[in-house]
Amino acid sequence: MSALLTVENLDVRHGLLQAVREVAFDVAEGETLALVGANGAGKSTLLRAIAGAHRPAGGRILFAGEDITRVPAHRRARAGIALVPEGRRLFPDLTVEENLRVAAASRRPGPWTVDEVFEAFPLLQPLRRKRAASLSGGEQQATAIGRALMTNPRLLLLDEVSLGLAPVVVEGVYHSLAALIEGGTTILLVEQDLGRAMSVADRVVCMLEGRVVLEGLRGQLTREQVTHAYFGLRQQEATA
Amino acid sequence: MTDTVVAAPAPPQDFRIQRWSRLSVLFGGGLAGIVAVLAFGPVLLSENTQNNLIQLYFLMIMAMMWNALAGYGGLVSVGQQGFIGLGAYAAVFFSVQHGLNPYVSMGLGTLIGGAVAIPVAAVVLWLRNGAFAIATWVVAEAFAILVSLDPNPAIGGGTGTSALLPFNLRYDPTHRLHYTYWAALGAVAVLLLLLFVLLRSRLGGSLQAIRDDEEAAASVGVRVMLGKGVLFVVAGAGCAAAGTIILAWQLSVLPLGPDSVFGVNWTARMIFMVLVGGIGTFEGPIIGAVVLYVLQTYVSISGVWYFVMLGGIAIGFALLLPRGIWGTIQDRFNVQLLPVGYRLRTGGG
Amino acid sequence: MTWVAAVVHGILLGGYYALLAAGLALMFGVMRIINLAHGSLALVGAYMSFLLVEHTGMSTYLTLLLVLPGALVVGYVLQLTMLERSLRGGELVPLLTTFGLLIVIANLLQEFFSPDVHSLDAGRIGPAAWQISSELSIPWFDVLTLGIAFAVLGGLHLVLRFTQLGRELRATAADADTAALLGVNARAVYARATAIAVAVAALAGVFYGMRSAFDPNAGADELLYAFEAVVIGGIGSLWGTLGGGIVLGVSQEIGAQINPEYFAIGGHVVFLAVLVVRSASQASRIRYALRRFA
Repeated sequence: MSALLTVENLDVRHGLLQAVREVAFDVAEGETLALVGANGAGKSTLLRAIAGAHRPAGGRILFAGEDITRVPAHRRARAGIALVPEGRRLFPDLTVEENLRVAAASRRPGPWTVDEVFEAFPLLQPLRRKRAASLSGGEQQATAIGRALMTNPRLLLLDEVSLGLAPVVVEGVYHSLAALIEGGTTILLVEQDLGRAMSVADRVVCMLEGRVVLEGLRGQLTREQVTHAYFGLRQQEATA
Repeated sequence: MTDTVVAAPAPPQDFRIQRWSRLSVLFGGGLAGIVAVLAFGPVLLSENTQNNLIQLYFLMIMAMMWNALAGYGGLVSVGQQGFIGLGAYAAVFFSVQHGLNPYVSMGLGTLIGGAVAIPVAAVVLWLRNGAFAIATWVVAEAFAILVSLDPNPAIGGGTGTSALLPFNLRYDPTHRLHYTYWAALGAVAVLLLLLFVLLRSRLGGSLQAIRDDEEAAASVGVRVMLGKGVLFVVAGAGCAAAGTIILAWQLSVLPLGPDSVFGVNWTARMIFMVLVGGIGTFEGPIIGAVVLYVLQTYVSISGVWYFVMLGGIAIGFALLLPRGIWGTIQDRFNVQLLPVGYRLRTGGG
Repeated sequence: MTWVAAVVHGILLGGYYALLAAGLALMFGVMRIINLAHGSLALVGAYMSFLLVEHTGMSTYLTLLLVLPGALVVGYVLQLTMLERSLRGGELVPLLTTFGLLIVIANLLQEFFSPDVHSLDAGRIGPAAWQISSELSIPWFDVLTLGIAFAVLGGLHLVLRFTQLGRELRATAADADTAALLGVNARAVYARATAIAVAVAALAGVFYGMRSAFDPNAGADELLYAFEAVVIGGIGSLWGTLGGGIVLGVSQEIGAQINPEYFAIGGHVVFLAVLVVRSASQASRIRYALRRFA
């Protein structure tokens, strides 16, 4: 089965700083891939490059067989890539409902409507007409995810959805995500919480200083292996 | 299991900071030499040439001042013509009404321009970009209207006035030409020197910081308002000086209309010169003034098409060559003729 | 009694200023562009209407059916060609390029239409007025202008609040990058905003032509007044522009009441006074902040 998303030898820079170096991996349709790594490892930059918000300096990105490396962000959204950005980035003066409706710009047909989103995230229902800036962190996160879903994506990119949220709120967010994950949406999520990442993902990719240092199926990697890759500690010969 | 950590490379050991490179010493000396030679203008050059050069000089002053505001301070002013007119009319006031020596009046007019710039700065410097631009234009218009409404016969109201009398009472036309020439050249030299000193001082560094990131600069203690205020006052005085020179050169002035001494066409010229020459560079406005002067003197097309051309070229430069002629040369060849910055040389270089 | 007349006329004048300034406020609110050529574009609208009337004899109001669509196209193209590139250069470049455009337009108008003054016929409503008292008469045309201003501001408000275009405009204004991630084509959105702004400017220009005689250099004056209205009313607020327009109109009429030559300066003085008050509050805020940290 050919992959939905293929990243080939990707190089992304922030000015002179190389944030992503020669990164390559696939995401199959329906798969959930977790991207883990310390701060500054390049995960967010990578997601933004896939979504089109950041121009790569080298390499290719293929989506459903097409080379989208030079395609602008809004066309990628219309092709089915949706990013829930780091820090939510809601439109502060628009209401929750208006934030959701902006996504109609992607012009993609599909099951997700405003009502469907409120059903998936019932906590938002009473907040329909509230200004996005006045929402709590958890409510904003739910809105941001709902907004991305409104584009009826084939590939959903989630950037640090647990960032800045209380554990009980994060629990709620992942509870809502569980339904999505089981439903067969292809998901690529960046997550600092290793435990979470390894519990929801089918595969894990670990990044360090812009490179992929470890990749494998959930069942095949131990937590210790991932932790070591995360911190860049090198091991001398495998020991028992 | 042992774990290894990779260390970062060591910084370079030998380097020095240089301000004057050999090229800039040469150029600085050359520039001073040119000014010295030009000072002999009244002796060496024809009257027609002197007349033309006076125009070049006041254009240069205006370009330098507008560049100081926009290029160094990030302040796009569309109202410097207010100070040009102010300087001209202040000189009229002192020479026509109070009988002072016209050249002394010109000096006073320059000071008045700087002084008035202070309260104006207090009002407008808080404004961001577009609002600042419009506010400066409103101030210029207000000055123009106040002058046109002034019942004082020496000022002449809406029909304009002339400084013919104070000049002709004291000097014959040839001497007036010579003294005006020297006054204009002197003003250029003084302002060039003033800007040079300012940019090399701490203010220069602050201005660069302000231009790059105003909030960050303020957070490390850069006195943003003070820096901008100094620029605004210098620009006010400089434009007023240009205005007094225009008065001495053409003798009669009008307050209203786009081509008047308060006219918005002066700003059009300033923007053209600075965009073409190179905004934010020291040498840029000088080059831009020369370009405009050459166009003005040798390209004879009707007034209307002339300004269409100026506007079109300015737009073209803003969009396609935003660094201007000198800025592009500077970027491409890493040349700096006048030492307003610092150069880091590593090793023995 | 004539002071009352001055205030009433000032309010009506404010309606015209609001109409003129609406496009300016829209462009600034959505794109952070200050279009210094706004007044000139309005004036072009007046001249186009004049051309049509001269060649076809149609009523001024009918010319709007051609002038407004034309203005939409001009605005769309202007954004895609000049303004978009200007935006990429930073916040200051649009000021420079739109100023260049102002100069070009003013001089081209002078070339093709001569420096003479022209005016547009307002039809039967032109001279009609409601005579309230011996000193106060309210011209119907001014009331019409005020009504159109309300309609335009109201229409813009409705578009921004309730249409998909309006949502996309507001989203792009708040965060263009994130809007793009949702499928919003910022270029098209900006182009549509500029198209609307220029069309509204042209509409205001035609009404300007009907209320007073115009010459090629009038663009600069009208720009200044539109700006004063926007700044007094608070930059970025559509309805604030109406308030600002009214304050400006009243200031100008009161100035003219004192002395007919004080019309413009009446407005300038109030404009600068508003700035002084605002800068004073800024300064005191900064001094207060400094004292707390000293």
